[in-house]
Amino acid sequence: MYYRRTLTDAQINRELLDVVLRTPVWWVVIVSILGLIVAGAASAFGFMMNQGLGVTGLQQPIFWGFFITNFIFWVGISHAGVMISAILRLSQAEWRRPMVRAAETMTVFALMTSLLQPLIHAGRPWRIFYWVFPYDWARGIWPDVRSPLVWDPTAIITYLTSSSLFVYTALIPDLAIIRDRSTGWRRTVYGILALGWHGNPRQWKLQGIAGILLSALILPVFVSVHSIVSWDFGVSLVPSWHVTVFAPYFVIGAVHSGVSAVVTLMILMRKLYKLENFIWEEHIDAVARLLIVVATAWLFFFWLDLVFALWLKEEQEMTVWHLRLFEPPWSWLFLAFIVFSYIIPVPLWMFRRVRRSFTWMLWTSLMVNVGMFLERLIIIVPALMRKGPWVFTYDTYRPSAVEVTLIVGSIALVALLLMLFSKFFPLIPIWEEKEGQKLIDEVKVGDRVVPALVKEH
Amino acid sequence: MATRTQSTRADHKWGMVIDLDRCTGCQACVIACQSENNIPLNDQAAFLDGRAIEWIRVERYWEGDYPDIKARFLPVLCQHCDNAPCESVCPVYATYHNNEGLNVQVYNRCVGTRFCGNNCPYHARLFNYWEPVWPEDFRNQLNPDVTVRTRGIMEKCTFCIQRIRRSTRGGKQVEDQAFNPACVQACPTDAMTFGDLNNPDSRVSHKWEDERAFRVLEALGTNPSVKYLKQVDAHA
Repeated sequence: MYYRRTLTDAQINRELLDVVLRTPVWWVVIVSILGLIVAGAASAFGFMMNQGLGVTGLQQPIFWGFFITNFIFWVGISHAGVMISAILRLSQAEWRRPMVRAAETMTVFALMTSLLQPLIHAGRPWRIFYWVFPYDWARGIWPDVRSPLVWDPTAIITYLTSSSLFVYTALIPDLAIIRDRSTGWRRTVYGILALGWHGNPRQWKLQGIAGILLSALILPVFVSVHSIVSWDFGVSLVPSWHVTVFAPYFVIGAVHSGVSAVVTLMILMRKLYKLENFIWEEHIDAVARLLIVVATAWLFFFWLDLVFALWLKEEQEMTVWHLRLFEPPWSWLFLAFIVFSYIIPVPLWMFRRVRRSFTWMLWTSLMVNVGMFLERLIIIVPALMRKGPWVFTYDTYRPSAVEVTLIVGSIALVALLLMLFSKFFPLIPIWEEKEGQKLIDEVKVGDRVVPALVKEH
Repeated sequence: MATRTQSTRADHKWGMVIDLDRCTGCQACVIACQSENNIPLNDQAAFLDGRAIEWIRVERYWEGDYPDIKARFLPVLCQHCDNAPCESVCPVYATYHNNEGLNVQVYNRCVGTRFCGNNCPYHARLFNYWEPVWPEDFRNQLNPDVTVRTRGIMEKCTFCIQRIRRSTRGGKQVEDQAFNPACVQACPTDAMTFGDLNNPDSRVSHKWEDERAFRVLEALGTNPSVKYLKQVDAHA
């Protein structure tokens, strides 16, 4: 049993609602800094819209660069949500409890940020709304459903909707707790959001069923979202994009980067929000073990991608792989990518001491995500640089300052949204923690000590 | 031979044949296209940035080994593929196949996802990174029949659709060689032939069946409307 510490309900309430019920100075400072970065990125976007996409580093024939890389990256991060909350909930892994909400919330915000990326990247973003949303029924001009760029938003909006429902369903009991502890207009707002929750058995039953149902229903989305995103590349004619292994390769890569991001988030949360009583070495240890499996499965698919290319020896594809593996700066980026996302972290995670060290886990999990960003960049850009024999303007892609600002801005945006969320809602589900405590309560029967509750499977 | 016509309407099926044995790489087609189609001036900076807009460009390659080496030229323009990879990836139908065998770009619908550009194996699609500008004294030479494209959208060779429209307006019967795209018209060596492939007597239809004919990147199955003629020289 993971729960070695006994916490009283009062203590759980007090510690988890600390930031919600008062506003610490450090919170204001961090939010202001993040807000400034996001404002900087917003003005960089304004500048780009005003001047044209010429301010990016894109050129013929490299039409996609940092923004699409970032899009794939954030969709990847969002896969942690289902992995942690749906799969671990269905498999009744006890150690999921402190991380479900943070993971799900990060999913929602990462998806919102990822949806921004194609808009930022488009030549005329204002037209996307004009043509695609809503459908132009009157003139019968529809979006082309053959295009993966129509599948993408469909998949992501489905995922965003289900994740938001998931977060909200799990939030209701906690909203009621905050309602009962606040006054004035806050009480009204939380009261409306809590949907009249009183914690009676029927409500708990319905809430439980909704949670399990959503977990199960979200599973197909889990497989489909990054598969569909990978088809942006898979259905194209570009050599080394046009491969069938992309869907599983992208999904498992997404879980790798997403779960690593959850580790980063948990450790930062623990430090900032003083959640030492809730996030323990055992939790991080359990995620790290999961990561070893996920990372190795991901490496297998990466290997398949490479082997298929070598097997076919299709000239254009070999040219792309040659560029990726042997020609600087791509060879250096490639080395960094494989070292950061597998070679350094996974062997380290084999050691129990590393898995149980917050410092080590923070740096290794960050490293994985640097590596995974590079992975997406290496998939996208070199393939476009050598996509055909008719490129007589061999050149490389150098991201401009505007693009870098927008990437940094997207990271700051997710962090900012998470910080704002934590101000209004507890980042660790209070009721889940209490439920976990109940499961380890013990009662004395005669001279024996037995669990107070027996969980039925 | 791959099917010549996949268009639904049998009226026209525009196509082009380029005789590489006649091409001298003089770039007259490039300049003619530039002025006909309101393409902004490609200065040195545009080329260095890799953002020059050329609806037709002359690619140079080498044949043979030194000292017996020859420079060869290959004018590349939109191939107006019957099975065009660019069309199926556009989310807003900004590019589609019309019933005259043309791959058409609707500037007004384009949102600039640039997926078509990625998916074009011929690199015939170009993106407007900047708002196009011309020097003041060039403004009066803009072609009134051709849209000036704004920044943020894709563009490419149209087979000079404005000339096709003008000549065939109202279902007018058009004689072979009555009009030509600017590049064909400008070619000093008569290396390029344009016309209706549905007309079996047209010049382009005859050349289409030439034994030297091939299509670029034919293995991809894009089924282009442009063919190239080239004598395979065993001693080159």
